[in-house]
Amino acid sequence: MIAHIVIWPILLPLITAIVLMFFWNNSRIQRVLSTVGHGLTFISSFWLAMRTFNGDILTLTPGNWPAPFGIIFVADALSGMLVLLASLSAFAVCVFSIVSIGKGRAGFGFFPILQLLLMGLNGSFLAGDIFNLYVWFEVIIISSFVLITLGSEKAQLEGAIKYVTMNLLASVIFLTGIAMLYGLLGSLNLADLSIKISESNDHGLINIAAVLLLVGFGIKSAIFPMYFWLPASYHTPPAAVSAIFGGLLTKVGVYAMIRVFSLLFIEDEFIRNMLIILAVCSMIIGALGAIVQQNMRKIFSFLIISHIGFMIGGLGLFTPLAILGMVFYLFHDIVAKTNAFLISGLIFKLRGSFRLENLGGLYNRYPFLSIMFALALFSLVGTPPLSGFWPKLFLLQASFADLNWWLIGGIVAASFLTLIAVVRIWLAAFWKKHPDYEAAKKRIVWYDLPRYQKIILLVPIAILTGASLFMGLNAAYIADVCELVYTQISQPQTYIDAVLTNQSNIP
Amino acid sequence: MEILLAITIGLLYAAGIFLILRRSMVRLIIGLILLGNGANLLIFLLGRISKGKPPIIPEESKVFLDAYADPIPQALILTAIVISFGLQSYAIILVKRAYRVTKTDDIEELTTTDEI
Amino acid sequence: MNTIILKTASKYLLPLLLLFSIFVLLRGHYLPGGGFVGGLIAAIAFVLHAFANGLENTQQLMRIHPGFLMPVGLLISAISGMAPMLLNKPFMTGLWKSDPVPVIGSLGSALFFDIGVYLVVIGATLTILFTISETR
Repeated sequence: MIAHIVIWPILLPLITAIVLMFFWNNSRIQRVLSTVGHGLTFISSFWLAMRTFNGDILTLTPGNWPAPFGIIFVADALSGMLVLLASLSAFAVCVFSIVSIGKGRAGFGFFPILQLLLMGLNGSFLAGDIFNLYVWFEVIIISSFVLITLGSEKAQLEGAIKYVTMNLLASVIFLTGIAMLYGLLGSLNLADLSIKISESNDHGLINIAAVLLLVGFGIKSAIFPMYFWLPASYHTPPAAVSAIFGGLLTKVGVYAMIRVFSLLFIEDEFIRNMLIILAVCSMIIGALGAIVQQNMRKIFSFLIISHIGFMIGGLGLFTPLAILGMVFYLFHDIVAKTNAFLISGLIFKLRGSFRLENLGGLYNRYPFLSIMFALALFSLVGTPPLSGFWPKLFLLQASFADLNWWLIGGIVAASFLTLIAVVRIWLAAFWKKHPDYEAAKKRIVWYDLPRYQKIILLVPIAILTGASLFMGLNAAYIADVCELVYTQISQPQTYIDAVLTNQSNIP
Repeated sequence: MEILLAITIGLLYAAGIFLILRRSMVRLIIGLILLGNGANLLIFLLGRISKGKPPIIPEESKVFLDAYADPIPQALILTAIVISFGLQSYAIILVKRAYRVTKTDDIEELTTTDEI
Repeated sequence: MNTIILKTASKYLLPLLLLFSIFVLLRGHYLPGGGFVGGLIAAIAFVLHAFANGLENTQQLMRIHPGFLMPVGLLISAISGMAPMLLNKPFMTGLWKSDPVPVIGSLGSALFFDIGVYLVVIGATLTILFTISETR
């Protein structure tokens, strides 16, 4: 049973969700069991990740059908690291929501649905079959639909309509792309498709399928012309929900893009150039959006768009150093964005508002806490030695090596604008004197919380800040993993061999 | 038959996109449903339409005896139908809730989320 | 809807449709049918009853909230999927009993998976339909 380690990060959230559903009306038990379930999922993902970091590609075929005929779960180093980070972020968010999610939302099934969301995330990172990937995407979006509307406030419902529409549209476009690939090549297994595409001469139609997939994943990951739904919806649900959305949901789109454009559509100049253009536009426009906003969570939402651009740019260059930077950035961004949204939730508890003009005086009152927040916020910018610094350095080096002036300009400008956005938050929330403290005092819930609840709210932020520091200070280790990812990505043959010829199925 | 299906799929996609671009929330949902159906039919068409027996090997033989229909597109469509059933019923409930809260069917009036 | 014909018919149709749904569920392995279709038919049986007699009466008839069927069905499916893992076979490998059982035919883990699907579909469909048709 233990040998099926590949499937445990998917099964454990499912089992926990089922158990939680039996305690539908008892939110106290749900809070405890949910944390335990996330903890177990984290342990199993850690184990899986450590095994993939040796360079092995682990596979498992559910139903015991050999690979191109049945579906397959594949764990290489990229999947392993992403599953690990997803489980870590979900664990942190779950701990945060023990206190921050009220009885009303818990009564409508917040905790089981959070588990199902994690199941969908882990499943899509491990899927080795493009239709299976589609199904996991649907698991993710249906659970995210429920999470975004829990509570049914006006802003939430309006945001949800935009979010739901764009995600359903993305799914239909993705499905159309899958239909074309199946019609052209008669297979759905990623490894099998990779062989068949390299042998096929029908490049025109295959490119159309590639563009359909690019648009589908592009909507999901909110790249340049298709990002409007994100800042319209991510600031509406409770902070814990925006944290898991901001940290992971867009990254699934990026992951799918990496997988598809490194394994299936490899040597294609047109798509590479398009990716770079889209990347530069997302970087600049996202960052410009971030500096005009007043709502803290909207600033972070726009920063997501900007930082997705960095990853897409790395994918567009596709040189070893660029892939290294891109993968590192992906890892860093999951932790940093989850943390940023959790911090905004905590600031809401401390000051009763998300809006910059109603904040202030935090540094004066909580100096140590503010330092921890500063570490998390400035890792978004990429201040050395925090985790955001290294991937930006690699990406910049890679674009200099390629003399790609668009990307160089985009990275420098976007980093600078991100700095402005983060400094604005810092000035407004921490250094500025609070404009009207006596009036705001009524809205502040922090003073009424018992001591243990305050600690529970701080623990997840401390965990994620610790993870961010670890990634920054142990950059050599993470870079080794990223290099392993690069070798696996750049040689699709290893992936194909692992999936099609030597399945390490039954131990 | 292929031509007929291709035209139907084109019409479904066109009608779906047209309805999505309207300003009414109800039409938006109907448009998404039509698009989903178009995608399902597309899988069916691209999986080759052929007359054949069900793809089940009789107990006494080891291989298929006759021409058989490709089961994969049908499995894909069934999965996609089940998924879109769930998503669409969710979307309908969402629109109903949103209408009750915002008192409007016009998407242009949903501006609460756009303030800076 | 308040017609005596529908009311009387629905009283007899409900058990008949439920029986038919179980028949469809059981024949699903080699012939058209299965958990999803069977579940939909069973859900339709209850919806028809709700049409004729009102939502409250149907909810009273069901005794449990239909949403409760979802975790039960998921549990059955998950267990039948994980049972092969105890025998060191991959997740969801079909396990079959060697001798056939009368009425049901050959007995295997796939049947229990389908029963789980059947319950989930009834639960989910009825929850959705009841939510939509509540007039509040």
